[in-house]
Amino acid sequence: MNISIDVQEQEQQTTIKISGEIDAYTAPKLRETAFPYTEKKETNLVIDLSEVSYMDSTGLGVFVGLFKSLNANDGTMKLVGLSDRLKRLFDITGLADIMNINSGSEGGV
Amino acid sequence: MKYADYIEMKIPAKPEFVGITRLTLSGIASRMGFSYDTIEDLKIATSEAITNAVQHAYKGEEGEVLIGFSLHQDHLEVVVSDNGNSFDFEETKEALGPYTEKSVEFLREGGLGLYLIETLMDEVKVHQNKGITLFMTKYLEGEQVERDAETIST
Repeated sequence: MNISIDVQEQEQQTTIKISGEIDAYTAPKLRETAFPYTEKKETNLVIDLSEVSYMDSTGLGVFVGLFKSLNANDGTMKLVGLSDRLKRLFDITGLADIMNINSGSEGGV
Repeated sequence: MKYADYIEMKIPAKPEFVGITRLTLSGIASRMGFSYDTIEDLKIATSEAITNAVQHAYKGEEGEVLIGFSLHQDHLEVVVSDNGNSFDFEETKEALGPYTEKSVEFLREGGLGLYLIETLMDEVKVHQNKGITLFMTKYLEGEQVERDAETIST
């Protein structure tokens, strides 16, 4: 019932892999870890959610915050590896139309 | 309410205890025969309600959140109650909903919780007194269909 956040910085992109649960307790930790990367200019951020077992609106709030910050700094954000459950959460909240979301992990990581 | 089994838990109004309630809820809901997807919906709705109580109701003060589960034959009722300083539920609800605004800089970073509760549960009632009590009902799938069918035929 916790979260682990693994960041890999490469030339082309920064990948953040999240494992565990994103809720009211762990969301602040995720925001704290990920936010600094969004403040750099032109960051291509890939967030891998394939190991996320639970997420609610607190997690959506974090992604909205990261997305806004990246946009303000000419960066991009891509969410990958979403389970059907997570995909549904983005669909019913309308975020799927706004963000770049890929269910099933992308190759070449 | 009659003939229901009732389980209650009280947690400190701190975010680290929301996950514990989810574990209890999973156990109860799977025992009642809810599907995997519905249990996940129940977990989100209940967590949202508790998160609301923890974040809005107390604003840094010590407090407790009471969570009750009424196990009925065809449905589960989850009650989440705080006795902190309540916010105006109706007013808050009005201001929320899915994202329709396409302009990124105006996206809200919070406030989807109540919207998710209403979307994921079958019935939601609010009682506002000193604090806020949220009653959320989820029907077992088969029963829900039958109930709808009955409503149509009458």
